[in-house]
Amino acid sequence: MDFGPYLMLAIMEGALTAAVLALTASGLALVFGVMRVVNVAHGEFFMLGAVLAWWVSQLAGGSPVWGFLLALCVVPLLVGLLAAFVDMTILKRINYDPERTIVATIGILYILQQVTLMTYGPEARPVAPPFNARIALPWFEMSDGALQVYWPWGLSTTSYKLCVIGAACVVLLGLWALMTKTKLGLLMRATEQDREMALAFGIPVQRVYAIAFGLGAGLAALAAVLIVPIQQAHYLMGGDPLLLSFIVVIIGGLGSLPGAILAALLIGLSDGIISVFFSPTLAKIFATLLVAFVLVFRPNGLWGANNS
Amino acid sequence: MTTDLKKSVILHAGVVLALFVLQFVLPAYHHGNMARIMVLASYAIGYNLLFGYTGLLSLGHALFFAAGLYGAGLAMSQFGLSAGPALVVGVVAGVVIGAVVGGLALRTEGVAFMIVTLMFAQAGYLTILYFGAYTRGDEGFVIEQAERVLLGADLSDPLMRYFAAFSLFCAAIFTCFLAVKSRFGRVLVAIRENEERASMLGYDVAKYKLGAVVLSAGLSALAGAGYALLFGYVGASFASVQYSIFPLLWVLLGGAGTVLGPLVGTVFMFYLIDLSSGLTTAYMLIAGVALVVLTVFAPHGVMGEVRRRMWRWLP
Amino acid sequence: MSLLSAQGISKQYNGLSALSDVSFEVPPGQVRALIGPNGAGKTTLVGVLSGRIPPSSGSVRFAGQDVTTWPAHKRISQGMGYTFQITSIFADLSVRENVGLAARRHQKSAAVVDALVEEALLKTDLWGRVDDVAGTLSYGHQRLLEIAMGLAQKPKLLILDEPTQGLADGDVESFKRLIESLRGDVTILLIEHNMDVVMQLADFITVLEAGRVLFEGIPTDVKANALVRAAYLGGGDAET
Repeated sequence: MDFGPYLMLAIMEGALTAAVLALTASGLALVFGVMRVVNVAHGEFFMLGAVLAWWVSQLAGGSPVWGFLLALCVVPLLVGLLAAFVDMTILKRINYDPERTIVATIGILYILQQVTLMTYGPEARPVAPPFNARIALPWFEMSDGALQVYWPWGLSTTSYKLCVIGAACVVLLGLWALMTKTKLGLLMRATEQDREMALAFGIPVQRVYAIAFGLGAGLAALAAVLIVPIQQAHYLMGGDPLLLSFIVVIIGGLGSLPGAILAALLIGLSDGIISVFFSPTLAKIFATLLVAFVLVFRPNGLWGANNS
Repeated sequence: MTTDLKKSVILHAGVVLALFVLQFVLPAYHHGNMARIMVLASYAIGYNLLFGYTGLLSLGHALFFAAGLYGAGLAMSQFGLSAGPALVVGVVAGVVIGAVVGGLALRTEGVAFMIVTLMFAQAGYLTILYFGAYTRGDEGFVIEQAERVLLGADLSDPLMRYFAAFSLFCAAIFTCFLAVKSRFGRVLVAIRENEERASMLGYDVAKYKLGAVVLSAGLSALAGAGYALLFGYVGASFASVQYSIFPLLWVLLGGAGTVLGPLVGTVFMFYLIDLSSGLTTAYMLIAGVALVVLTVFAPHGVMGEVRRRMWRWLP
Repeated sequence: MSLLSAQGISKQYNGLSALSDVSFEVPPGQVRALIGPNGAGKTTLVGVLSGRIPPSSGSVRFAGQDVTTWPAHKRISQGMGYTFQITSIFADLSVRENVGLAARRHQKSAAVVDALVEEALLKTDLWGRVDDVAGTLSYGHQRLLEIAMGLAQKPKLLILDEPTQGLADGDVESFKRLIESLRGDVTILLIEHNMDVVMQLADFITVLEAGRVLFEGIPTDVKANALVRAAYLGGGDAET
């Protein structure tokens, strides 16, 4: 493939990465925004989403369509409930102290990861996508003075991948609607603005926290269910999404949802492009150092409001 | 000498003496374990200086341990240095990296500081993988037995190895004890307790914090360099996140802000993980549960509780 | 020769002017009070003088040196003592260690430090609680502890930010006696709302209003001044 189509392919793949990353990172951003805590186990909720999707699709037996649909509905809910449970039992007890929460969520990370290792095992297992038609993408070329369209071999995507990108957009729009148009969203935004005042106004802050934490984890699990037919479910798959979500949330500005989404687009696309042309290890080194330097020199991220 | 100081000295001297005597009575398996534990406990002591005494929670100390490990290891394998100079190279590497990373990371606080240190350590780990041609990446490399000779002693011999680990541990504990009792150490505690007040008493808080980071990094690197020399293996896993979490876990369990806490935590956790890895591959589950339980129910750790309830004089 | 002098201090916050062209001089050995209604800019001014807040313009001189660009800790180490408006001590450390930390800043010898600690705690009548944990002291005693910490530094200038706030009457009397005992040895800059205390202790008073120096004078003149009365009674805060 020539450079042009190659770049196009990288962009398509990058868009997919960005879509899934935006979903995952929005969960992390939501939790930090409303609760002011960093959930280091966020990647493990993602991993649980993928693993449970495999498990559910096994239960559904034959049809990949029904299995997948069932997983899509049930798994994010299950993971969300688990997360809410963790919040009510552990995080509440340490009163959401930022440093202790990080230590506790590191512990939860290991618990979730290792329990998965013990039950699901160390293998990577695939989940069949509900549909997967190959769609060839066109490319343009100047020939005989006129613009010619042709279909380079290798430049293609699948109907499923396009659907994932679409689904991510729909969910993010839904999230935006939830936060801005519903009462729950209002409660969450009020608690985010000023916890003391929210308490004084009789807002059930503990319940809002549990819902926010559950919703954050649910978003990560949803992202994982969407991506698992393309990747595979593996007990260590939470590490990369965690790091990337971190990068997105910090660069977008801690607590800023639109910033996180913009950053996800930026990171997802560039990660796709950079990994195609450079070594993925080098790309990761660059990304981790970028997070560090943004935090040191631009602590509010590139878009974030003045959050403490 | 005040009675409190006398009690502290007697206790710590007793522990040191007990460790010395152990080498003659322990069976072979535990002999090797204790040597390993003492080196890792020295790493934990280095971590404790920053976390327990200064109140700065770093999630990237593996960077400093690995600096010592690879500093010494590469010095020997790539540049042919002998054990003694290699040890020095390892410590210097840790101190320099500590100064650079500390200078940058200390511009942030709290959660941001934790993330920045984590990121620098991750970048270090990835860099080790990237330069796999020299470092052999995850697989790691071995330092030949013939080269691990320090001051005429063959470090692969169990008795010599134990004694070397013991000496390293003594150096770490002695440094910690001195630091904590000194003016420097007391200011670090003041910074932990109320940084703004410390600053408004005239202390240049930024300099003290950097000093704490550099000292902590140097001790951690010393442990890393020692590990390379004593156990002859250098691998990227020692630079991974796990090795940043371990000292936090050991110190939390044993008692942050106490001199003996790191040793207690390391011994306990080492054997706990040792036992459970015999039962399942998922032994890190223990670490996870321990972290949650400790941070929720017992944030002071074993020696911390001892100090609170019984021995108020415990440093 | 003034111990502390501020020249043309101005401070803007996002277009809001907290201080406008404030100048004043404090000669050594004086007990100086800084008063004014709420929002007059007293805390901001003290912040600029101590180095906690950088001024938008103007300069500060202390003990013969231009300290305008100096960070707070450097000024403190040159002989400025400072107590916070909201008591700030090391709650989990002992009273002895609290004062010891203050003294150790400029003293190397342990024996001298111990002597300074004892002296400061005797002066503030806290010697009986020397081994107590600071956080267990009553509020009034914690404020005295903070002053003891200031004294242990052997400062040239002691800045006290609303020292009697929240104190019971008995404690206020003790405080007045303490300041009297220091008069002449230490220069004191007092930010206060308690007019009783100000009138009894101050040698000289600077009155701030809306970020400017409204009036300066000895207590009787300040009390009689029409502008000052207007500032306090005409929309300002109450006197105690």
